[in-house]
Amino acid sequence: MNRIISPKNSQKIMKTIFWGSGIFTMFLLILVIGYILVNGLPVVNLNFIFGDPIDNGASGGIFPFIISTFYVTFVALVVATPLGVGGAVYLAEYAGENKLVKAIRFGSEILASIPSIVFGLFGFAFFVVYLNFGFSVLSGGLTLALMAMPTILRTAEVSIESVPKSYSEGSMALGASKWQTIYQVILPAAVPGIITGVILGMARAVEETAAILYTVGAALQAPVSIFDPARPLPLHLYTLATEGISMPNAYGTAAVLVILILIITIVTNTLVDRYTKKMMGR
Amino acid sequence: MTEKKEDKFVQWILFATGISSILIIILIIVFIFSEGLPAMLSVGLFNFLFGMVWNPDNGIFGVFPMIIGTLLTTFIALLLAVPLSLCCSIFLAEIAPPNMRKLLKPTIQGLAGIPSVIYGFFGLVIIVPFMRIHFGGSGFSVLSASLILTVMILPTIISISEDALRSVPYEYNEASLALGATQWQTIKNVIFPAALSGIITAIILGMGRAIGETMAVIMVAGNVVQIPGSIFEPVRTLTSNIALEMGYATGIHYSALFATGIILLAVIIVLLLIANYINYKKRVTIGGGYL
Repeated sequence: MNRIISPKNSQKIMKTIFWGSGIFTMFLLILVIGYILVNGLPVVNLNFIFGDPIDNGASGGIFPFIISTFYVTFVALVVATPLGVGGAVYLAEYAGENKLVKAIRFGSEILASIPSIVFGLFGFAFFVVYLNFGFSVLSGGLTLALMAMPTILRTAEVSIESVPKSYSEGSMALGASKWQTIYQVILPAAVPGIITGVILGMARAVEETAAILYTVGAALQAPVSIFDPARPLPLHLYTLATEGISMPNAYGTAAVLVILILIITIVTNTLVDRYTKKMMGR
Repeated sequence: MTEKKEDKFVQWILFATGISSILIIILIIVFIFSEGLPAMLSVGLFNFLFGMVWNPDNGIFGVFPMIIGTLLTTFIALLLAVPLSLCCSIFLAEIAPPNMRKLLKPTIQGLAGIPSVIYGFFGLVIIVPFMRIHFGGSGFSVLSASLILTVMILPTIISISEDALRSVPYEYNEASLALGATQWQTIKNVIFPAALSGIITAIILGMGRAIGETMAVIMVAGNVVQIPGSIFEPVRTLTSNIALEMGYATGIHYSALFATGIILLAVIIVLLLIANYINYKKRVTIGGGYL
């Protein structure tokens, strides 16, 4: 057979391409994160983190926005966690494989894929206007809860399903009811996985911008009540960058946001690692 | 409460949380449609979808340039992201040594975790000036948006297609190598075809992500309502259109933005249905013994 490139050579060429694409992907992450940190970290100091903004954020710090981020995320998780975990327990322990379960799965798939700006539209029409919560931590948090819920549900479902069947059989054999078994045997065994899910949901809530653009308002003070408007970090960064208020502060805010996300990612990975090791050890 | 009653009670609560995702979806659809339909009806579905002019001040609402904007940025992003992410997923699933995997896995997680507003900011300070200097114009362009979207959809496509490649039974690999095929021949002729349906699903979901992205695109695309003459001209996407004008829209204009949301919602649901159908087909084919 007359080939231009022999199988051996094409193997070599392709292997190089595959290695190259892997390394290039790593380079992309380092480029984005590195660039933000190199330019942003010099701005970040205690005054920046714990200071109040001056002139719309042109100078001064970002403390109210950090508080906003935590507050809104907290509200989102308080609502999304019971819904997500409850749904996961139902899917994993109660529901069989029927049409309803398929509908629930598809529902949570759609929920996970709806563009965030559509959530923003809904949040505005439903929470801000219809329920009259106004531009507030509550409206923003509830909108984010809808986005974090499918993430928590999916992760929790996987971890509940991975609890060995022998656990629940043992518990049932001892005379425990189904709910006692779930509450005292299955859920404790699945807790690390559930926490992972909650943290992943948290990451989704922390990084989101479009969904809160028209639900959370744009306050420069830290929110106190859940009916106060707020301005989480991503929204502040967006305002600083697009309205050209202050580039150094935009870099600083971006760096704080990146560090926050990095911490969340590292914590999740450590948890997953420890959990996997524990499960393998048994 | 007796144990039995408690059991029943808990089951009802869990059932309620279980169907909450369906209820939320229905609620979202109902609200988006009820706010968006008035504009769609008064403008006319055809005029709304294919109208070339978007001029809220004069009550003219045609989203065709935005549809083109969304399709164009998504298409170019896929063009760039698909080859790179497929190579990367093959690398992860078949070639990378364990150490390399340990580095690359968190990298992909990291790329997925970076907030879209950070990508947008990066695009604004790096890509837009680069485009301005090298290709003229303002730098806010189709290509700038596509480049950012490319990076953003990489992790989606990589991780789902890696799963698909890994789920191909190892025997296939062994059999092919035993017949004297090289690793590349095995990947190209055996593993890749077997994983194809999963890979297509991955691409569809990546496409969904690109269509739905808002903040990153808004910051680099220029947001001019026009059908761009070249990839170096600015565009506005459907998502940006909503985010840009929701702040001050009233009346029919407000409704028209929800109608834009209806289009997005419909597109995403259709994409998911296609992805599910492909996965369903795959199960059927394996069951039927075609593989």
